[in-house]
Amino acid sequence: MALDSKIPQGPIKDKWTDYKNHIDLVNPANKRNIDVIIVGTGLAGGSAAATLAELGYNVKAFCFQDSPRRAHSIAAQGGINAAKNYQGDGDSTYRLFYDTVKGGDYRSREANVYRLAEVSTNIIDQCVAQGVPFAREYGGLLDNRSFGGVLVSRTFYAAGQTGQQLLLGAYSAMNRQIGRGKIKMYNRHEMLDVVKVDGKARGIITRNLINGEIERHSAHAVVLGTGGYGNVFFLSTNAMGSNVTAAWKAHKRGAHFANPCYTQIHPTCIPVSGDHQSKLTLMSESLRNDGRIWVPKHKKDVEAIRNKTLKPTQLAEEDRDYYLERRYPAFGNLVPRDVASRAAKERSDAGYGVNATGEAVYLDFASAFMRYGKEQATVRHLDFNDEALVRKLGQEVVKNKYGNLFQMYEKIVDENPYETPMMIYPAVHYTMGGVWVDYNLMTTVPGLYAIGEANFSDHGANRLGASALMQGLADGYFVLPYTIGDYLADDIRTGPISTDTKEFEEAEAEVRKNIDHLINNNGTHSVDHFHRRLGKIMWDKCGMARNEKDLKSAITEISELRAEFWKDVRVPGTANEFNEELAKAGRVADFLELGELFAKDALQREESAGGHFRDEYQTAEGEAVRKKEFQYVSAWEYKGEPKDAILHKEHLEYENIKVKERSYK
Amino acid sequence: MDLKLKIWRQKNANDKGKMVDYPISNVSPDMSFLEMLDVLNNELIEKGEAPVSFDHDCREGICGSCSLYINGEAHGPDRLITTCQLHMRTFKDGETITIEPWRAKAFPVIKDLVVDRTAFDRIQHAGGFISVNTSGNTIDANAIPINKADADNAFMAATCIGCGACVASCKNSSAMLFVGAKVSQFALLPQGQVEATDRVLNMVKQMDEEGFGNCTNTGACEVECPKGISLENIARMNREYLSASLKG
Repeated sequence: MALDSKIPQGPIKDKWTDYKNHIDLVNPANKRNIDVIIVGTGLAGGSAAATLAELGYNVKAFCFQDSPRRAHSIAAQGGINAAKNYQGDGDSTYRLFYDTVKGGDYRSREANVYRLAEVSTNIIDQCVAQGVPFAREYGGLLDNRSFGGVLVSRTFYAAGQTGQQLLLGAYSAMNRQIGRGKIKMYNRHEMLDVVKVDGKARGIITRNLINGEIERHSAHAVVLGTGGYGNVFFLSTNAMGSNVTAAWKAHKRGAHFANPCYTQIHPTCIPVSGDHQSKLTLMSESLRNDGRIWVPKHKKDVEAIRNKTLKPTQLAEEDRDYYLERRYPAFGNLVPRDVASRAAKERSDAGYGVNATGEAVYLDFASAFMRYGKEQATVRHLDFNDEALVRKLGQEVVKNKYGNLFQMYEKIVDENPYETPMMIYPAVHYTMGGVWVDYNLMTTVPGLYAIGEANFSDHGANRLGASALMQGLADGYFVLPYTIGDYLADDIRTGPISTDTKEFEEAEAEVRKNIDHLINNNGTHSVDHFHRRLGKIMWDKCGMARNEKDLKSAITEISELRAEFWKDVRVPGTANEFNEELAKAGRVADFLELGELFAKDALQREESAGGHFRDEYQTAEGEAVRKKEFQYVSAWEYKGEPKDAILHKEHLEYENIKVKERSYK
Repeated sequence: MDLKLKIWRQKNANDKGKMVDYPISNVSPDMSFLEMLDVLNNELIEKGEAPVSFDHDCREGICGSCSLYINGEAHGPDRLITTCQLHMRTFKDGETITIEPWRAKAFPVIKDLVVDRTAFDRIQHAGGFISVNTSGNTIDANAIPINKADADNAFMAATCIGCGACVASCKNSSAMLFVGAKVSQFALLPQGQVEATDRVLNMVKQMDEEGFGNCTNTGACEVECPKGISLENIARMNREYLSASLKG
């Protein structure tokens, strides 16, 4: 089957408007007879659920958490981009579009990205109307900050809790519809399969996580807003429960999976402290507005710091290597994430890492304290030659901007980041890859949609900071509600979908069979044991840098580990009770399949682009080497085992942007 | 570190439940409290025993899932953090640690340390929103300037994570801090004024129906709140409620 991305004709700036003018609509009376299932209640799923319910559809929303408000979008820190140009610094829809395509290393679809940039401004208007308390200036207008990979200030924020505030906004919009009975909310329910009837997605099978009941739910369309798959690495900044199961089950039912190897390793996370570690904690990219990244210039100083005979604050300026400023003078500490992460790895691999494991670099606010402090001293007519006073004033400014992040760091590391520089190291954060969708956000299964991080569409090979929140809300509030109507217009005469059919029966039987196997297996090792081992293979061989030999061995090792898992995993308890181990086992089983496809995808992509870096394809200075012939989306069709998956290519055309060597120097 | 854990075990909502002792050794002070429980659970599973169920997800203090009552305090002895941010360096070698679920009539136990907090959701369904459609066709975001102090206070109220520590810490199991935070967020913003009367009346009514107790100004909720939500929010809600009742 050839992939049809269904991109509308016409000039890029008119595509979305023209498209909306010509699609089929469903009249309000008919919407009452149409059911839509939405899985996941983060920014994408939550906003879609609220909007579809407002439009009049009957929405059934599902989340595995105990409340939709706990979806992992809540943890996004730094901000959300929008081309408002409130700062008058030259921003525009085109510039946001351009930055996003360039930031994605020319591996995303032009038409989708342009639409995203176009609706970005509506998001801010909408959220303010909903009462989202964005940061403001003294004049009462909205404040902005800068993020990596761009030359304007277009990021709106709410301290270091922007994701929380936006998610609570979407949650409040959902609550209004739940109160009106237009959304039926299913908390603590996990989706375990998609049900297809006559080739169309018509329902899902879920497990009630409280009592273990297996349930059938039907609808005229199914939407997945189930997030990314970073937890395939075991250690990531994702929540413990974040998983690929819904997306993977959709893949097994015919939805192509695109670009699984595009993973974002975020440069500013708290380094790993020991084997007990269960997850990693992100320090917002916004910190790079004010923090400078460095390691010592000389090995002897590295040794002294590791032995604790030298404090980083004692090291003279000229003995420090601000390597991002040195290598990328134009963007400095604000280079995009992929570039910053690889640079940290390069220094650490060369032996300049500053903690006991050798995997950490400094993020230092000392000069920001002085810069802000001088400004404050001037404003308040105080003595700006008094260094201690200036530092204190500057620390207050920084505390106002990032206080919660500094507190979070201190609690985890037990060091005061106002006194000594933070230590950071890259960690798995976001997955640009995901379920393949067309311009309508529909997967290759008719009636099955994927939105937000769960799809692959907008970020290419690398996502810019503050763009995940933008995409999640754009998909849910402003894109899907239109495109899904075009599909559902054919369903006005269909009537309710029965769950009493052989398709539902078969899907349910398969779910039960899997659960029974896991419960009765009685092996020797816990689920986490296998998950950790999978994570180690992924990090060592499919992490920040990859090569042919490692990827080939990863494929073999993961497939062996999967066989061992099914033979030897031990899941305690029964299927008919609250059983977190059982839920985890199902998720890890799917990660064990996805991981292999991930490695296979990375192996076929014989170039370096964005988050995908192959040792074989780099310049003498260690920069990525992209190749024109790989300017395509790899969309994998499921054929049983990951090794049998078939590759389909969606070639990417750039008509509105000139593809250039991506440089931040 | 070697520790003695006393943990509340309860099979399901109908089970009576009891405290059970678990010794645990070789705990690293750098572990988080939940990582320490992960280690215990791994040992239990490999021994063929039932692991301890507890709610958790983001493990960075923002999702509001984790909810343990540790040595008689919600989220343990440290201040302004959730259980998942609590580290074992806070405890002493050889210490006995008591771990219980949130205890409140409106938060029934589901299993072990997991409780049902959907009452909080139902209060939000009753009025925790501004009735504006998500069409995106609203006025420009900068058309409503908002005084920075009001915006900052609204934000502070909005940082509530809905964990329920306030209810668990209150001798009356009152949810006034939780409800007050949401009422305050909207009361402080011009966008929230239109529906202010209905909002506070409906949310308080639902709060009472869920079986939460009343506020007697003890202030334990503010002390134990991992996000430092201020008691002023309760006072503001009371003012809003009074003026709404007079109008109503």
